[in-house]
Amino acid sequence: MNFQAVKAIYFFEMARFFRTLLQSFVSPVISTSLYFVVFGTAIGSRIQEVEGISYGAFIVPGLIMLSVMTQATSNGSFGIYFPKFIGTIYELLSAPINYFEILLGYVGAAATKALFIGLVILVTADIFVDLKIMYPVAMILFLVLTCISFSLLGFILGIWARNFEQLQLVPLLVVTPLVFLGGSFYSVSMLPPIWQKITLFNPVVYLVSGFRWSFFGNADVPIVVSLFAISSFTIVCIVIVAWIFKTGWRIKQ
Amino acid sequence: MLLEVNELRKTYATGFEALKGISLKVNNGEILALLGPNGAGKTSLISTICGITNPSSGSVSIDGYDISKNFRDARKLVGLVPQDITLEPFEKVLNTVNFSRGLFGKKKDDALTEKVLTKLSLWEKRDSRIMELSGGMKRRVLIAKALIHEPRLLFLDEPTASVDVELRQSMWNVVADLKRDGVTIILTTHYIEEAEAIADRVGIINKGELVLMEEKASLMQKFGQKILKIELQRRLNKLPEELSKKNVKLSGDGLSLTYIYDTKQKKTGITKLLSDLSRSGINLRDIQTDQSSLEEIFVNLVKENME
Repeated sequence: MNFQAVKAIYFFEMARFFRTLLQSFVSPVISTSLYFVVFGTAIGSRIQEVEGISYGAFIVPGLIMLSVMTQATSNGSFGIYFPKFIGTIYELLSAPINYFEILLGYVGAAATKALFIGLVILVTADIFVDLKIMYPVAMILFLVLTCISFSLLGFILGIWARNFEQLQLVPLLVVTPLVFLGGSFYSVSMLPPIWQKITLFNPVVYLVSGFRWSFFGNADVPIVVSLFAISSFTIVCIVIVAWIFKTGWRIKQ
Repeated sequence: MLLEVNELRKTYATGFEALKGISLKVNNGEILALLGPNGAGKTSLISTICGITNPSSGSVSIDGYDISKNFRDARKLVGLVPQDITLEPFEKVLNTVNFSRGLFGKKKDDALTEKVLTKLSLWEKRDSRIMELSGGMKRRVLIAKALIHEPRLLFLDEPTASVDVELRQSMWNVVADLKRDGVTIILTTHYIEEAEAIADRVGIINKGELVLMEEKASLMQKFGQKILKIELQRRLNKLPEELSKKNVKLSGDGLSLTYIYDTKQKKTGITKLLSDLSRSGINLRDIQTDQSSLEEIFVNLVKENME
């Protein structure tokens, strides 16, 4: 195992993040604050409570998931796409490292960045609403698993993408709509019966529900199903990455 | 033997056969120049040896390590300077060089980094961002990145492509320094004078095949034509008939003769020519010979190969 190489990739990627620390830090703080102003204050004043929880607090897990999923996907895809785009990938391919080590470096860094942003949002949210976390260990587990699995998804997209447009395609047109429609800002039980059934086809529902359960002990779907969903998603991503590495798809000619 | 390539073939997904069974051996400490026109397969050969592309068949070993089975041991020995300037524009010189060392599994070594950057005249620029550097400096950063893990075999893919004459000369000096340090170098180029100036051996690749591999000196001797130029004591108005039959030409001013001969031939005809001149009563002032350049040899070989 070439730990030194994993470390080199990880810190090289993290350095990119720290170079734009202000942007990385301020952006989620401002957007979270805006969500609270719009959803929490304007809409929340009409909704009051959802499942016995104040609306402001209710949307916190969804808000965190929204940012974590989009950030993990973007960071994961950009990390590997950029060397492909500017040609520095030759260094990775000619160095004495295997694909797993490359993956560990890039996905590790992308997941760390997403985790950092998730925690920043959590702290910011705590300023606006009274927040209690019922199952902190489960919360961290869900958060870390989401960061890793969506960074893996991003990594796959980064290898798949042939241009910047394709790179933005999935985060914008797939991930963001699925998160918005995945119960981030509402409970599934608030939907009309037919939509309650349709929404169960959205994988993000299970992740948001599980994550919200770790905060409040309430869930739209059983927690075991949520855990199964996030684990399955991670495994599917790992299988796809393994196939990419085995075949050298869009990496090696 | 540091590098051994056996029957290496590479066919891309498009069906294009870039390497058609290339075999070659490179000894420790030598400089091998691979010459060939654009699209000849030079970069494909380097990319396949370095692990950037997968070979279709054949084998490559570096210091006895197979590049597929023992890829870690093999790659540790190799440094690669790519043809295009591929660097992260926002990174600092020092960071990007240290990153390369890390990829090769080595811890940061400040003394070595300073030594390598100083040798390449980059130490003063260590905290500059890549985008602030000139083209020549960027190319030197690529070399620093390739050298920072102390490779024994260095690939330079067209190191002086689109650089000015001054920089080319300084690049040749860097290569000469590396050779003195015991680094084995394989460089690709389509500048003949580059091979002529720095290589020990020359390989010529055309259409995915290694057309020839020779010591530079023997290649020039083997394939080179020589021109014998004879300056005369007195102006000659007309060449004697027996001389004009022998590929001898009289200059416009009548003061010199040129004779083109092939060094490959056992008999060059020089002795006979000189005795004929003497018999004709032509007195000589001076004699000199010129060897044909690698460029002429190269053009001839590629032409033959195409026919």
